[in-house]
Amino acid sequence: MNMSFFLNGKSVSVTPKTGSETLLDYLRLDEKLCGTKEGCNEGDCGACTVIVTGRDGVPRPMNACILFLPQLQGCAVRTVEGLSGPDGTLHPVQEAMITHHGAQCGFCTPGFVTTMAAAHATGETDFDAALAGNLCRCTGYAPIIRAAQAAEKLPVPFWMDEPPKFQALQSRDDVFCPKSSDELAHWYARNPSATLIAGGTDVGLWVTKKMQSLGPVAFVSHAEDLRHIHDEKDILRIGAAVTITSLMQAIRPMSASLHQLLRRYGSPQVRNAATIGGNIANGSPIGDGSPALIAMGARLVLRLADERRALDLEDFFIAYQKQDLRPGEFVESIELPKAQGRLRCYKLSKRFDQDISAVCGCFKLEQANGAITKARIAFGGMAATPARAYKTEAALCGQPWSLETFNQAQAAMAEDFSPLSDMRASAGYRAQAAANMLIRYFHDLQATQVNIQEVHP
Amino acid sequence: MSASASLPHDAARQHVSGSARYVDDIPTPQGTLHLAFGLSSCAAGQIKSVDLDAVRACPGVHLVLEAKDLPHANDVSPSAHDEPLLADGRVHYAGQPIFLVVAESHHLARRAARLATVEIAAEPAILTIEQALAAESRFEDGPRIYTKGNPTGAMDDAIHRLQGQINLGGQEHFYLEGQAALALAGDHDDVVIHSSTQHPTEIQHKVAEALNIALHAVRVEVRRMGGGFGGKESQGNALAVACALAASRTGRPCKMRYDRDDDFIITGKRHDCQIAYNVGFDDSGRIQALEFTHYFRCGWALDLSLPVADRAMLHADNAYDLPHVKITSHRLKTNTQSATAFRGFGGPQGMVGIERVMDHVAHSLSCDPAAVRRRNYYPEMTSKPAARPAITPYHMEVTDFILGEMTGSLLQRCDYHARKAEIARWNAGNALFKRGIAFSPVKFGISFTLTHLNQAGALVQIYTDGSVLINHGGTEMGQGLFQKLTQVAARSLGAQQAVIRASATDTSKVPNTSATAASSGADLNGMAVQAACATLIGRLKDHVAQQYAVKPDEITFAEGQITAPGLSLTWQEVIASAYEARISLSATGFYKTPEIAWDRIKGAGRPFLYFAYGAAVTEVVIDTLTGENRILRCDILHDCGASLNPALDIGQIEGGFVQGAGWLTTEELVWDAAGNLKTHAPSTYKIPACSDRPDVFNVDLWPGQNTQKTVYRSKAVGEPPFMHGISAFLALSNAVAACGPQYPDLQAPATSEEVFSAIARARGSAL
Repeated sequence: MNMSFFLNGKSVSVTPKTGSETLLDYLRLDEKLCGTKEGCNEGDCGACTVIVTGRDGVPRPMNACILFLPQLQGCAVRTVEGLSGPDGTLHPVQEAMITHHGAQCGFCTPGFVTTMAAAHATGETDFDAALAGNLCRCTGYAPIIRAAQAAEKLPVPFWMDEPPKFQALQSRDDVFCPKSSDELAHWYARNPSATLIAGGTDVGLWVTKKMQSLGPVAFVSHAEDLRHIHDEKDILRIGAAVTITSLMQAIRPMSASLHQLLRRYGSPQVRNAATIGGNIANGSPIGDGSPALIAMGARLVLRLADERRALDLEDFFIAYQKQDLRPGEFVESIELPKAQGRLRCYKLSKRFDQDISAVCGCFKLEQANGAITKARIAFGGMAATPARAYKTEAALCGQPWSLETFNQAQAAMAEDFSPLSDMRASAGYRAQAAANMLIRYFHDLQATQVNIQEVHP
Repeated sequence: MSASASLPHDAARQHVSGSARYVDDIPTPQGTLHLAFGLSSCAAGQIKSVDLDAVRACPGVHLVLEAKDLPHANDVSPSAHDEPLLADGRVHYAGQPIFLVVAESHHLARRAARLATVEIAAEPAILTIEQALAAESRFEDGPRIYTKGNPTGAMDDAIHRLQGQINLGGQEHFYLEGQAALALAGDHDDVVIHSSTQHPTEIQHKVAEALNIALHAVRVEVRRMGGGFGGKESQGNALAVACALAASRTGRPCKMRYDRDDDFIITGKRHDCQIAYNVGFDDSGRIQALEFTHYFRCGWALDLSLPVADRAMLHADNAYDLPHVKITSHRLKTNTQSATAFRGFGGPQGMVGIERVMDHVAHSLSCDPAAVRRRNYYPEMTSKPAARPAITPYHMEVTDFILGEMTGSLLQRCDYHARKAEIARWNAGNALFKRGIAFSPVKFGISFTLTHLNQAGALVQIYTDGSVLINHGGTEMGQGLFQKLTQVAARSLGAQQAVIRASATDTSKVPNTSATAASSGADLNGMAVQAACATLIGRLKDHVAQQYAVKPDEITFAEGQITAPGLSLTWQEVIASAYEARISLSATGFYKTPEIAWDRIKGAGRPFLYFAYGAAVTEVVIDTLTGENRILRCDILHDCGASLNPALDIGQIEGGFVQGAGWLTTEELVWDAAGNLKTHAPSTYKIPACSDRPDVFNVDLWPGQNTQKTVYRSKAVGEPPFMHGISAFLALSNAVAACGPQYPDLQAPATSEEVFSAIARARGSAL
């Protein structure tokens, strides 16, 4: 399998030894481009950030340590070495980082400047959000933000322009790159033990941390129809390979609250790779996508060869890491009801940004004539799977919309869930915080301020 | 003058363009081999058998070594020779290296290491402070005790008394560049080591012992580290020694770097500890008697735990003049990673102890905590003789105290009192959220407490084109030391900044160096550079005087121009002429800190040349429903003496605050019941991210100068600002106190969960 992509403006052609060779290893070991650093090898520190420009022509930061080479076919990759001009002129964000003392030890700096250059190119100025996936241990971030602000209005240098040319990637036995969901469906039905890779933000760690050999793999994001979002009147049909970044854009007009939750999903680098289908299919009890989608009343479309079936998302999760999927069957799309004005999503984690939830609670209650008529409440982090709080919902339905009702319903939550203690939170704290999210929801819909991010000095 | 200009870091351009090389970026010769350790999964026990057949059979594996294969010293300890490179018969913590794999690639070595079958007869592990106390598992015979006055009698006489305890978590350094080393064997039983270390001389010593060769046969070079923070003071020894051994056995270059998870699991961290206190005080909050008991969890090997725990005792007073005080310190031995140096070196723990006491006292009296603190301050430095000497618990006189004036200035510039009143009003009207504000001071002692370490050397070489190369014993880990020292050299030589460069730290250029630690880098090495420059300037002046018939004391060197009455020359002209006149253009410089003397057993003497000061006010908000919290604003006033480079110093202060606040808030290390570290990657261990810094973040430098004759009257800056993070912890305590009448008894790290628990305690509704 021969693949090609642009690297710092030049076309390169490469034959990956396996489907799981990472971009970071390729850059550092083969291309000797050592500016891109390995800080954690799991997509959590951003030291390996590169800019990837894909089919839509939008430059996006991504973590090279958990990007597999076949994911990059036809893309344009720009590393820190490619940020300065042909004559050595520095990119405005590089100059600003010098002027504002934004680098101390310098090890995180290549990742920061590439993320900053991507934000600069797209006009992004919410730098706390843009840089949430880049960790710095020296500066306390203040000078980095000053540098980003200083460069924000300067023009994008001409050399940053790169229209990628796309060609489909030729498959081989162990690395399948489907052009459509039909191709994927038939291949996967024949190769049900294969590993499906979409964004690779989870499977990447099987390789870098568990040091697994993957066997046959399919890079499903090459299937164009899986990357589409269709507006079907009352629902959005979201292809399984839609990235979290794309989902955020689609969701914004429907639910500001879910948009805010997704703004804390991983980091920009992770959201640019990770897909909603992958987030659901891997069945993690602590993923943030599923609780929200369950509260919204999402349905899942599964496909095996030419056969499709749909089910409520909450029914997809059977037990810890066990989903209702037959061999060769995969998540094809998600049907999402559009009316979500009363949805609220609350994420509790040790750190605000780029952290895995201790508890993720998502609530959607309807009321009529002062009484609660419908309740959908779903949690992550409270059970072995993402799960609905059925008893709490029952305790609320039919009751008057009052603080007293919500206070009383808290007791039902103890019957819904027996959470675990782990390094993120104790069982008792999870239970109490989850119950208090119910109270927060009441206040939230009363338009009381419930988000400490909105408190300013 | 260039010695006080805000010039960028010397490698700023290389940093932003990705061309700055760290150990793993150095181009290696063909045939370089890569190393990985096989680790113990058991916290304590006897090794029964190690089956490495599958490891050896793995294609690409060249060599596998166990303790029994090591030809000479099997030790990487920086202190007590109690830390084998590879476990010898017993394992002492989960994560301890047992064997070493040498293979053709980094990934291959890591993969192969997992193929071993190691049988360990597990024994009960001592993991917690309580278990260690019960088993009398400790370093040193018993606790160290420092006493001043008559604490027992004074306690009996005190008007009010309080007891309490604070638990302080440890902290992972999380330098962005993990530990790394590269060894190249020479042709004369010699070896060159590139290491990411704060202490090249110690690497040299440990490698020489492991290979049984003289120190002159080991050259260690350090161009830069991707962060150190104390975590590379001793923790790089194992990698460098492993590489040297493998290189010596195979004749090939050998490189080792820890994967991030291995780095967390193998290496030491900041000491976690418990501090119990018993305090007596009067109606105004003035402390009459105080007893501290420190319990430090030191891990399995001694490493640097004694001086760390000592320094905690030496900062148990922080800024406060305690008339009667007793500090007892237990150094406990546990089956966990060997806790090591981390920015502040025990000082932060000691300081949190006394700041907690101040917070508790103020709460019990319903007094403004800032006022209580000021009431207890050491007397301010004056030009007049002091009415009474201000004596620390370790019997050193404090003569340079400036926090009274700094505190007044800071509280005024950040509008502390008005904001405090406004926060009280806001809290009264807000059921779900509470805000809190807190002030905390820092007084940090500067000098290594092991007195002989307070020395430094430098080598300054001028080439015939006028370019100058300086070398010194300090290492560059991001703090901007190289930049500061080129500025010192430029000012000392009167040369232009552009002609001066600092080269990589190299044990063959400047020997017998101390670690770049204890904030001492610029103080010690700056003076050594200055001394070397003074020697060179003396020679150059004599030469110019002789050559141009002017008086030496009429010659000035400034900004690359050499002038005397009737004479004007460029730096380059003078150097060219000096060379032709056969003047030596190379000089060494040496410095040893004067006036210090310290007896750590008695707890008496003068361990520090001077103190660095600072003050911070931080405001936070908490969500009472979940304990979630956020820093809103921070104002810092910090004393760098006459700053050598204000921009670099402010960088240390901003970064120090955020790192210190991280230690006390989101950074939580969790071990399971078997002693396995569960938080071993950034996915589970949360250092502050961009949005965790304060929304409003004002940092100012105090416009003073060092009363001691330090390099251009500057003060050390590396560690002291870390402790401004304590104000964030105290602000959280203050916010929680707004939830109910009881003292919140906040523990560290104050994660959302801990804040949530403290809210229940404040309300009196805790289980």
